[in-house]
Amino acid sequence: MIIEVEGLWKRYPGTWALRDLSFTAKKGRVLGILGENGSGKSTLFRILAGITRPTRGKVRIFGTPITPTVKARIAYLPEVQPYYPWMTVRELLEFLAPFYPGWDPQKALNLVDFMQLPLEKKVGDLSKGQKGRLKVVVAFSWPSEIVLMDEPLGGIDPPSRKRILGALFSEFRYGEQTILISTHLVSEVEEFIEDVIYLKDGSIVLSGHADQLREERGKSLSELFEEVAT
Amino acid sequence: MGFPFDPTRPIYLQIMEEIKKRAVRGEIPPGGQIPSVRDLAKEMGVNPNTVARAYLELEREGFVFTKRGQGTYVTQDFARIEQERERLAESARQRFLKEIESLGLNEDQKAELLRKIEEDWS
Repeated sequence: MIIEVEGLWKRYPGTWALRDLSFTAKKGRVLGILGENGSGKSTLFRILAGITRPTRGKVRIFGTPITPTVKARIAYLPEVQPYYPWMTVRELLEFLAPFYPGWDPQKALNLVDFMQLPLEKKVGDLSKGQKGRLKVVVAFSWPSEIVLMDEPLGGIDPPSRKRILGALFSEFRYGEQTILISTHLVSEVEEFIEDVIYLKDGSIVLSGHADQLREERGKSLSELFEEVAT
Repeated sequence: MGFPFDPTRPIYLQIMEEIKKRAVRGEIPPGGQIPSVRDLAKEMGVNPNTVARAYLELEREGFVFTKRGQGTYVTQDFARIEQERERLAESARQRFLKEIESLGLNEDQKAELLRKIEEDWS
């Protein structure tokens, strides 16, 4: 198990964002964390990325607690745009390169091309869809072992979503790289996620292997989402 | 982009069926190579792990075989492919019957339907 979460609680003033979460993620697979806005997805991702500490509970990644060494092996795509708006796409990629071990400049350019991003445009002037695509370029330009994608499709136009999913299908190093993807747009990721966790009000309400759930219940992941998580 | 999956049924089963259909239709000849996991994943718009699982199950069933380092191939056994054609036809028949049953046709309507089917096929 590449990620192990045990009895995770997170309290914010006046509310519990996560309530007793326990789960594991298998190496080389895609785990979907499905929940509505406010269900605790972003809090969970921030804890896994080592940005926020849990109030209670344990997280182990690669078998150890989260240290800077662990973080260096993880690509985290936060929901909000994390880049300097005054840099051009080209400048940003050059700026980021030294921060990521094994960054592949050629791969980054190929991805920019596939994603149809304007290299000389300022990041701040990109549309929301383009910014979303840019995050995916950054995530897959170096060989991370874990990719944490928090709502990569939220608020993004359908053509950009298609591009992003297309890149995932072709760039995902299956069997080796582990992806955690959170979304409330379940029908978009039906064919991408393999294992699934449904979150509601900070708790897991259903989890399992996607194809096994389909087999047992004769329902799609999005139908199950409506049933258990809304 | 992508293959029209039925999201209420296991995806790996639908990938298996698609490969079998391609072989049955002759798009992949007996002994012919099937797409790499990565290529089929891109073409169908599906997780490559799921394609890999489908290929593993097809191999377990003896419908495909892998040559180490060279790829995956459909069986050279014509009889095996023919058997699959019959199985696919049988499951299509069952889906059809289930659909028709659910409409609650009377005997006359059923007879009319059969007549039309024969007409379309001749």
